[in-house]
Amino acid sequence: MDAIEIENLTKNYNGTAAVDSINLRIKQAELFGLLGPNGAGKTTMISMLSTILKPSSGNAKINGINISYQNSVRKLIGIVFQDPSLDDELTGMENLTFHSKLYHMPHELSKKRINDVLKLVDLEGKSKMLVKTYSGGMKRRLEIARGLLHHPKILFLDEPTLGLDPQTRRHIWEYIKKLNKEEKITIILTTHYMEEADYLCKRIAIIDHGKIVALGTPKKLKSSISSVKKPTLEDVFIWYTGHAIRDYEGPELDNIRFRARLGWKR
Amino acid sequence: MIRFIRARSRIITSLAMPFFWLIFIGVGFGSVVTEMNYINFLAPGIIGMIILFTSIFSGMSIIWDRQFGFLKEILVAPVSRSSIMLGKVLGGATIAVVSALIMILITILIGFIPISIGIVPAVIFMILTAMCFVSIGLIIASKMKSMEGFQMVMSFLIMPVFFLSGALFPLENTPQWMQTIAYFDPLTYGIDGLRASLISHSIFPLWLDLAALLLFSTVLVLIGACVFRRM
Repeated sequence: MDAIEIENLTKNYNGTAAVDSINLRIKQAELFGLLGPNGAGKTTMISMLSTILKPSSGNAKINGINISYQNSVRKLIGIVFQDPSLDDELTGMENLTFHSKLYHMPHELSKKRINDVLKLVDLEGKSKMLVKTYSGGMKRRLEIARGLLHHPKILFLDEPTLGLDPQTRRHIWEYIKKLNKEEKITIILTTHYMEEADYLCKRIAIIDHGKIVALGTPKKLKSSISSVKKPTLEDVFIWYTGHAIRDYEGPELDNIRFRARLGWKR
Repeated sequence: MIRFIRARSRIITSLAMPFFWLIFIGVGFGSVVTEMNYINFLAPGIIGMIILFTSIFSGMSIIWDRQFGFLKEILVAPVSRSSIMLGKVLGGATIAVVSALIMILITILIGFIPISIGIVPAVIFMILTAMCFVSIGLIIASKMKSMEGFQMVMSFLIMPVFFLSGALFPLENTPQWMQTIAYFDPLTYGIDGLRASLISHSIFPLWLDLAALLLFSTVLVLIGACVFRRM
């Protein structure tokens, strides 16, 4: 059984498709990346899979359970949102305790698990501090710890390193790799950082205007374009979408230059 | 609740305004009203006021939770939206009742003489009144995106609800049209119930205050649960 099965999943907002008939399968314990610019539909897709949003049409299953069975799906998943979602007025420990109560975890198990996840993200010594005194990286690590607390089978990470400095970003990458390897959790992360997708993900789906335009391992995707020697993932992205991810809203001249370098003819 | 205890300034400000009302209105009108002890009449009204203010503003927590992203964490958990709503109502009501009990102690220091046995039914009235207004706060806040918008709506709501409830003056002496509107105000029954419990003076029989508040709180909690289910 695949961890995630998506069939023709669509979400429309006022007649515009934010996610447009997506079909996708993600294997158990896979570290899968959704790569695309802001507004490509990544967060909308994650929101549907995590039962926050109802799809306009189509279907998806999480570990064989249809996403319309909200509570059953919610027990299986953990999610780290793109925007901060911690209570700043509580301590790290209190945020985790509150989460354990939301997931009806028995007291003893909750205590053990909180210690385990705090250890995993190196926040043991800081758990009694108010979250408002944490740095951006510490908050992100606490959110990851919270997402893992109830032992989810599948973890969604929505832009996990957005706005973090390069050093903290590296640390978070190592945690994600460690999680996937040691806890055998299926991880689906969205990102618009090429190096992040390249470094972390076993497979990547390039998503643009709500559609998957390319799917495969970073190696396979890179080998699919022959016009450039040693292509990067950025070259792959431009090849399939016709624009650069970071210059998505930038001058068209830049995009033309990028496309010319690749010999892009479509 | 933890948030409330940590926000010392919030505790002080939530008590300060009713305290000033009690002092200035109580002493000011007390010199004019001669046929009864006005502080005794006013104190249950001021206790009702603190419940009204604290409860309605507890509803604001939803806007904070939404603005700071914490609401998403709650909405994605495997708990029903109705239980989230009920949890919020009970949390808000606890804060309101604790504030009201502190206020009772302050009013006693100022000269309020309650019937000691009346504290028990008074707490029941406090809980029910608080449940009504936390629900109203949550229902409005769930439809609001910004704190400014919520505060504007609330300022249009709080003052009429407070003045119409008979907190400051006996409703029996007001024109019929005013009394008719007051019958639709849950705070009227809350304050009347508090007066019946604490000073043995009321417009309605105790059972009617209790029944009206039970009805209001049940309906408002149910509407709140429906609104939360659609969030």
